[in-house]
Amino acid sequence: MPEPLLGVNGIDVYYGDFQALFGVSLRVEAGQVVAVIGANGAGKSTLLRSIAGLMHPRRGDIAFDGAPSGHAAAFDVVKRGIALVPEGRRLFPSLTVEENLKIGAQSGRTGPWSLERIYKLFPVLAERKHLPATALSGGQQQMAAIGRALMSNPKLLLCDEISLGLAPIIVRDIYAQLPAIVGDGMSLIIVEQDIAQALKAAAQVYCLQEGRIALQGPAQTLTREAISAAYFGV
Amino acid sequence: MTEWLNIILQGVLVGGLYAMFAAGLSLIFGVMRLVNIAHGDLIVLAAYIALTVTDTLGIGPLTSLILVVPAMAIIGYALQRLLLNRTLGDDILPPLLVTFGLSIIIQNGLLEVFTADSRKLQAGAVEIMTYQVSSGIWVGLLPFIQFIVAIVVIAALQILFYRTALGRAFRATSDDQAVAQLMGLDTRHVFAMAMALSLAVIAVAGVFLAVRANFDPAIGPARLIFGFEAVIIGGLGSMWGTLAGGIILGVSQAIGAQINPGWQLLAGHIVFLAILAFRPQGLFPKVSG
Repeated sequence: MPEPLLGVNGIDVYYGDFQALFGVSLRVEAGQVVAVIGANGAGKSTLLRSIAGLMHPRRGDIAFDGAPSGHAAAFDVVKRGIALVPEGRRLFPSLTVEENLKIGAQSGRTGPWSLERIYKLFPVLAERKHLPATALSGGQQQMAAIGRALMSNPKLLLCDEISLGLAPIIVRDIYAQLPAIVGDGMSLIIVEQDIAQALKAAAQVYCLQEGRIALQGPAQTLTREAISAAYFGV
Repeated sequence: MTEWLNIILQGVLVGGLYAMFAAGLSLIFGVMRLVNIAHGDLIVLAAYIALTVTDTLGIGPLTSLILVVPAMAIIGYALQRLLLNRTLGDDILPPLLVTFGLSIIIQNGLLEVFTADSRKLQAGAVEIMTYQVSSGIWVGLLPFIQFIVAIVVIAALQILFYRTALGRAFRATSDDQAVAQLMGLDTRHVFAMAMALSLAVIAVAGVFLAVRANFDPAIGPARLIFGFEAVIIGGLGSMWGTLAGGIILGVSQAIGAQINPGWQLLAGHIVFLAILAFRPQGLFPKVSG
């Protein structure tokens, strides 16, 4: 099998003495969309935080683009081409919308994404670029958070619960932009509680349950029953 | 009447110096929530470095800033990278304790090297030149220069914070360290840059302090108090608030001293306590949001 873009190999991740992930493995090929689903506390965010370099596995390793990255610092990981859209958006409240986007380009990676292209993708951000990030609605904040991550021109984009706290119609609008985002061959990992949304967008699905991979496979082949069993553990 | 106007004017001019004491303090608290107890002693250290430079090279104190400012900035960067970054975390106590220890080390180090003798930097004719603004109101050239420099320093910090990429990095790191790292910011480096900037401002303040009055290794903690008071009075919002805080403190002290020479410091502390009691967020707090 050829080297995947991202290979997570049997990682154990801890918060102090509490083990959050148990031997989790996952592969993402170049240009592939992968969904990670699971209940609250299953370890989805921990997995993304580990891939992004905010947490480090105690056992197992992570390889990205042919180099080990499991113990690299987050600021280094983004320079290698992984960007995270964090849960809850977490825009910088002291910065304007445009400053939030500009700081996304801090890593210095070049590529197709620029301020102009983000504004073309989400025109409402251009209208409000001089407002503080806190003046945006929830959906607009999510657009800004996605735009900020794209500004680093990543090879792999990690989206943590981008539908959280948003009206369904807004979620649909944001997901409608996904093809435009991955069009350039970017890979994507989506973490979602909204399973239907995730299954529609992704080629490959992993289901986490209490820190372990309970189910994995191509999105079309997974039955509702299998997912429900893996999700709830019943 | 003119006598009081004159006193207030002198207080305003001294306030510029206090604002410079405060600006560096407020800057690093804003960026990394670190309260630097050694701030006053670092001001005195800058004064001694300037003393050594002026003595060795035979240049004036204001010219010596060309060397003292970068030297202090380098010390600041190294101090943060090698020591203070290791103390930062969820607990605010370790940086307090470490900078308190640093304060003691600096004071005793200076005592060892330079003895307890009072020293002063000689700026020559600039020190005694005064201009009569109107009858009974005089402005010394040195206090005037000091005030203008303070305004320039504050304006420069304000521009740096709100108009440059480094300022953006400072504000982002202050907002959310973890996400700042996700953006590619090495927060250890960002913090070290903030400390370097803080000590560069300290260098300017230290030289003006040392030209204005006698100094010895033990005067640091009192400068720290003035800096704190100016920050609290102004509010932790904008650098201009810090300038206003410095001026209010300077004017209060000048008025207190006029009423009774023993009341100079007391008057400053009373105004500070009054602000703390009735408007604890300061006069110009950060706009929430």
